[in-house]
Amino acid sequence: MSMDQALQTYIEESHGLLEEMERILLRLESEPQDDETVNAMFRAAHTIKGSAGLFGLDAIVAFTHVVENVLEAVRDGTLAVSGELVELLLQCRDHIGLLITVVAESAAALDAEQSATGEALAARLRAFMGGAPMGDAGMPAVQESPLAASGGGPLEGDYWHLSIAFGHDVLRNGMDPISFIRYLSTIGDIVSLNVDDSALPELDAMDPEACYLTYSLDFKSEADKQTIEDVFEFVRDDCTLRIFPPPSHLATFVDRLEHASGNTDMLGQLLMEAGVLTEHELESALRAQDSMKAAGGDAQPPIGEVLVKEGMVQKEVVDVALEKQRQIRDHKAQEARFVRVSAEKLDELINLVGELVIAGAGASLLARRSGDTALHEANSAVSNLVEEIRDGALKLRMVEIGETFNRFQRVVRDVSKEIGKDIGLEIGGAETELDKTVVEKIGDPLMHLVRNAMDHGIEPAAVRMAAGKPARGSVRLNAYHDSGSIVIEVADDGGGLKKDRILRKAIERGIVGAGQNLSDGEIFNLVFEAGFSTAEQVSNLSGRGVGMDVVKRNIQALRGTVDIDSTEGQGTTVRIRLPLTLAIIDGFLVGVGKSSFVVPLDMVLECVELSEADRRLAATRNYVNLRGEVLPFVRLRDEFEIKAPPGKRENIVVVQYGGQKAGFVVDELLGEFQTVIKPLGSVFRHLKSISGSTILGTGEVALILDVPALLQLGVARDGQRLAHET
Amino acid sequence: MHIGARHEDGTCRLRIDGEFTIYTALQIRDGLLERLAATGGVEVDLGGVTEMDTAGVQLLLATKREGARLGKSVRYVSHSQAVLEVIDLYNMAAQFGDPLLISARP
Repeated sequence: MSMDQALQTYIEESHGLLEEMERILLRLESEPQDDETVNAMFRAAHTIKGSAGLFGLDAIVAFTHVVENVLEAVRDGTLAVSGELVELLLQCRDHIGLLITVVAESAAALDAEQSATGEALAARLRAFMGGAPMGDAGMPAVQESPLAASGGGPLEGDYWHLSIAFGHDVLRNGMDPISFIRYLSTIGDIVSLNVDDSALPELDAMDPEACYLTYSLDFKSEADKQTIEDVFEFVRDDCTLRIFPPPSHLATFVDRLEHASGNTDMLGQLLMEAGVLTEHELESALRAQDSMKAAGGDAQPPIGEVLVKEGMVQKEVVDVALEKQRQIRDHKAQEARFVRVSAEKLDELINLVGELVIAGAGASLLARRSGDTALHEANSAVSNLVEEIRDGALKLRMVEIGETFNRFQRVVRDVSKEIGKDIGLEIGGAETELDKTVVEKIGDPLMHLVRNAMDHGIEPAAVRMAAGKPARGSVRLNAYHDSGSIVIEVADDGGGLKKDRILRKAIERGIVGAGQNLSDGEIFNLVFEAGFSTAEQVSNLSGRGVGMDVVKRNIQALRGTVDIDSTEGQGTTVRIRLPLTLAIIDGFLVGVGKSSFVVPLDMVLECVELSEADRRLAATRNYVNLRGEVLPFVRLRDEFEIKAPPGKRENIVVVQYGGQKAGFVVDELLGEFQTVIKPLGSVFRHLKSISGSTILGTGEVALILDVPALLQLGVARDGQRLAHET
Repeated sequence: MHIGARHEDGTCRLRIDGEFTIYTALQIRDGLLERLAATGGVEVDLGGVTEMDTAGVQLLLATKREGARLGKSVRYVSHSQAVLEVIDLYNMAAQFGDPLLISARP
């Protein structure tokens, strides 16, 4: 992995971690006593800092370090969680996000104002820590508090501490401890040396050629553990050597461990990589582990425990290493579960699948015409597979909407503080999936709607109490699938829209005529009209229009629709309806004269033949009796002005959209057809009732019907005609 | 290596010349053990020691202890440069308690 790619990964990961941090912070506000969440947040900050160090992003390291310190204090219980702290940490989270965007992504520095914000935040954080300033006035220098050692061995001053017990035969083997000590002094200063002669027997009982002395010495050196151990290489198997790093090294080890490459998830190897443990030590520890197992008979003790017991590594270091090991394993597990693929490649794949679908349709058409049964069969098998591939490829792009919804937790929290209302966010249908491109584009309109609901929908607490509602307002985000579309609802339990006010305003503005009779839905939808909203803020009505026309435009650009449902005094629900995907749909192919049209299959309810009687009646009216129900219909022949004479039979395709049922009168029913949507050029931008085109197996073009638009058109025309007749 | 001895006021004055190492340790140990048993105390002149190793140091320590155990005095005098270096390296002057003539290191 090149450095650039690694940095890219870091940036992505960091943003992920920041999102997690935000989620935790918001949760922390409601349940401050959750240790695990604090821990998770600490880890998130820690990982961001650690990796930033790896890339030399000092600004991120410096700032995140202060945050980490505070989180550590929270984790250790020395600092209590308060609303103020959460607020501050949220701001810090944002600042880290900014740092990552500016420093890591565009390799720039913060401007003066931004760094001033950072310093102010850092100062406030330090104030929480008890005001002890760290580093100089500006960004704090990275400063590790020296770790206290517990267990493992005596440690005094900032020196290496060596304890050496030579084997009895070392002298006889021609080695003299003196020479090792002399050699040691070439790589550092022996600060003090203590020879323990307590093992020396009495003069007559001693073996003058055996070695009885043990040494302990304090050693000042820049050398690493391995180098020091190498001094004793020749007697390594003939002595017991313990090397304790200087206290300051503990911090270094901890640091190195935290930045370990992640190539291994074995504890011993991790410690070796960090220079804490030498290979020889590891080997003997493993031997000790084996013998302990043999002696104990039970499960073998963990290697970390053995290392501490044998005095090879300090407990603190082992703890850090264990934590790192866990992280590496987690990471590995995650890597195994997900593969990062660039969106571009995915789009390419979808395009190819689109072409495959078209080519497949051509092949199966030829196969059908050839009358060769075997070929036809083989082709059906291929078609089935192509269909599966298409579904699979499209599913790759599907993401759950929950992540988008969750982002609004913060928005709701911040806005409710800003406007001084107590408002909670409820989320439903978070697991509903939709196309990634749609998810990306729905964020802004949703933001608008949520803010509107909070600002203008939900009444002040006093008003709510007076109306007998709970003081705490509620905004609900909900998503579900409904006949080939996804429906996203933004609902509030506020005062609702005031119909008469909207109507009065609309008439004032000349959007509707004074005499027009409008349904409730039509009145509510007026708020989406451009220019409906004004600067005058009249209660909870006028604000609703702020940018609502933009919201509607955005959603229409996604081939979606939006409508409003509201009950005065009880709340408002804005319902956004979006197609599940933008690329390929299951279509139902129909023919009128020589032209072909595609109706999205998800919307098709049933097909019925238009009976002779109905055909006669239908000449004068645009509805039929469908099993006792009134079914309005649209004649595609008239709609698209197809000159060819009608066939012997006509059929009605019954479609449903947004709770509305209607029929399309066509000549032929040609069956299901996988439709690759080819958008129409901008020349046809103003064309209503057609949403796109597709290419048939024969190479002919079929138009895809825009069902919602057609229905509206039909309804509007009926309305006009009825108005004429009456 | 050579051990020379002469007796004076119940104290045995020994002089060790040459190597005081693992190669001569057994011999020196036996010599010291014998003299210590026979007399009220020993004074060992280390002025002629040309080389000393850890075995030598051990022996010096063990002899000193043996003297203490028997209630006899054991003193080391006129340490040679070779002896001083080792005692210095081992930081053991205090353990021996003998006055050392500190000479400037070469």
